[in-house]
Amino acid sequence: MLKFYGKGVYGAYAIGRASVFRRSTAMVYRTRITDTEAEIRRLELAKSRAIRELDAIYEKAKSEIGDANAQIFEIHKMMIEDDDYNESILNIIKTQSVNAEFAVASTGENFSRLFAAMDDSYMQARAADVKDISNRIVSCFVEGTVHNNTDDTQIILCADDLAPSETVSIDKSRVVAFVTEQGSQNSHTAILARNMNIPAVIGIGAGFLAQIKDGDLLTVDGYSGEIVVDPDDETLRAVQSRLLSDRHKKALLQKLKGKDNVTLDGTHVNVFANIGSVEHLGAALVSDAGGIGLFRSEFLYLEKSDFPTEDEQFYVYKKILESMGGKKVIIRTLDIGADKQVDYFHMEKEENPALGLRAVRIYLTRPDIFKTQMRALYRASVYGNLGIMFPMITGVRELESVLALCKEARNELKMSGISYSNQIELGIMIETPAAAIISDLLAPMVDFFSIGTNDLTQYTLACDRQNPRVDRFCDTHHDAILRLIEFTAQSAHRHGAWVGICGELASDVSLTKAFLKMGIDELSVSPSQVLKIRDVVRNIDLRE
Amino acid sequence: MVTFHYTVTDPVGIHARPAGLLAKKAKEFESEISIQKGEKSALAHKLMAVMGLCIKCGDTVTVSVSGADEARAAAELERFFAEHF
Repeated sequence: MLKFYGKGVYGAYAIGRASVFRRSTAMVYRTRITDTEAEIRRLELAKSRAIRELDAIYEKAKSEIGDANAQIFEIHKMMIEDDDYNESILNIIKTQSVNAEFAVASTGENFSRLFAAMDDSYMQARAADVKDISNRIVSCFVEGTVHNNTDDTQIILCADDLAPSETVSIDKSRVVAFVTEQGSQNSHTAILARNMNIPAVIGIGAGFLAQIKDGDLLTVDGYSGEIVVDPDDETLRAVQSRLLSDRHKKALLQKLKGKDNVTLDGTHVNVFANIGSVEHLGAALVSDAGGIGLFRSEFLYLEKSDFPTEDEQFYVYKKILESMGGKKVIIRTLDIGADKQVDYFHMEKEENPALGLRAVRIYLTRPDIFKTQMRALYRASVYGNLGIMFPMITGVRELESVLALCKEARNELKMSGISYSNQIELGIMIETPAAAIISDLLAPMVDFFSIGTNDLTQYTLACDRQNPRVDRFCDTHHDAILRLIEFTAQSAHRHGAWVGICGELASDVSLTKAFLKMGIDELSVSPSQVLKIRDVVRNIDLRE
Repeated sequence: MVTFHYTVTDPVGIHARPAGLLAKKAKEFESEISIQKGEKSALAHKLMAVMGLCIKCGDTVTVSVSGADEARAAAELERFFAEHF
């Protein structure tokens, strides 16, 4: 078993037999000629054949990868007719008295080197186009040979790099993945893979092809870029199961994309995603989440060696809001303490950090840290649809103090003439039994509740989340938890607030129906669970 | 000679396909049309040379047209740039 890593350019999995792509480019020999005029006539003939071939390829490509992507072959035709390119070929024939094939090949080399040296990845990728047209002309001096494989195994096409015309002209009916030593995001291999919905891994580096041969069993992970040659049973089984669940997920996405999350009886439910960094935004968007129900802002602090400044935070929040394009984004303010510690906070070691100086307790002890974050959030609010929620609330007076600090932050911005949205929703996490029990008192103070079932369970059942020995006593379906959730939902609705769940329980499909019956308005789950939950929601009938 | 300046707003810049369009357009006129970006310049009908300028979104280029039909060519090219780049 051998492993290789490249860059995955289309996320999907494949298992198949290696087929090493061999080019039929004949070696180009340099020969001296005496009749340059005759050589130029041979060149013209080869060029006109090449152009006819390109016309045919363009038609084929249009049906395979769409007109926009196929237009590269129109460009190839124009490149063949380019003045500078032709001048260079003619010049070499005339001044060096060499054969036309050699003149074309060396001109191709020269021009592709020019493109390869540009500091722009798009233009660098065009080096392959120049080589491609040159190879095509060279092959047109003689009649080409086409070879076809005839058996029906699934093929993983392995090549050093694939030229645009090669990606179109090869027989792809049995190809389940592309793997190349070189290549770029803009390469045609990548475009083709995306169009064919099959994984492609590029840029594995030289030496890969030397270590595989036709018929080797390969697994391809287009997400991580991992290639396994001759996988053991365990690896094979793992990739197989990932392949199946990936297909299932994509089929589900196809089915649900753009559809409303409405139960059979017409109750609308928001299904949002929980994420913890900007990188995960893509996963939330891909799974067609209705918004972000929990954006953990800790990453801004955990990745740093000192407090992130207001500006630093502002740019990140702005980016998040803009990326979600008007969909709801609920950012949870800093939840540090307990299991998440940061050196530069200089927190004293606590006997019992889960019950210690954590989250909102830090805001009220060191208000400047909190106000910096709030100012950054308010400033970013004009770029999207922002909700802000505060973790670890236990009481009314505590929430009053937090809201007072928010007001101070707003006033500071007003004094500096900085605008913020007046549509921001403010909410709190319900993750302590205290907050749930007095949710009827807290609800009038906020726009929404988001129930954090992980902490709510740990605090209600007195079961440490980090302690595996009490795991079996940690019954997440405990009536105490369900009653707290139900009461929280009732309190919210009685005071015109909405209520969501953003903990693990939100993706527990055995409870989805019960939650909706309690009146839960939003379920926020990890991006990988979004589609599953949407599918479940759409099949629930609350009248039953 | 007639010249005009143009700032590229197309997010991908003047890459292969637009450069191809430009080359085709340039051949419609008798005048010689050159495009200058910074120190480098290229004749508009030469596809690879124009691609070689590596013109990106936000770049400002100077287009010079000289020849018998320069006034008409410059006017048409200005419209052409605004429409495609």
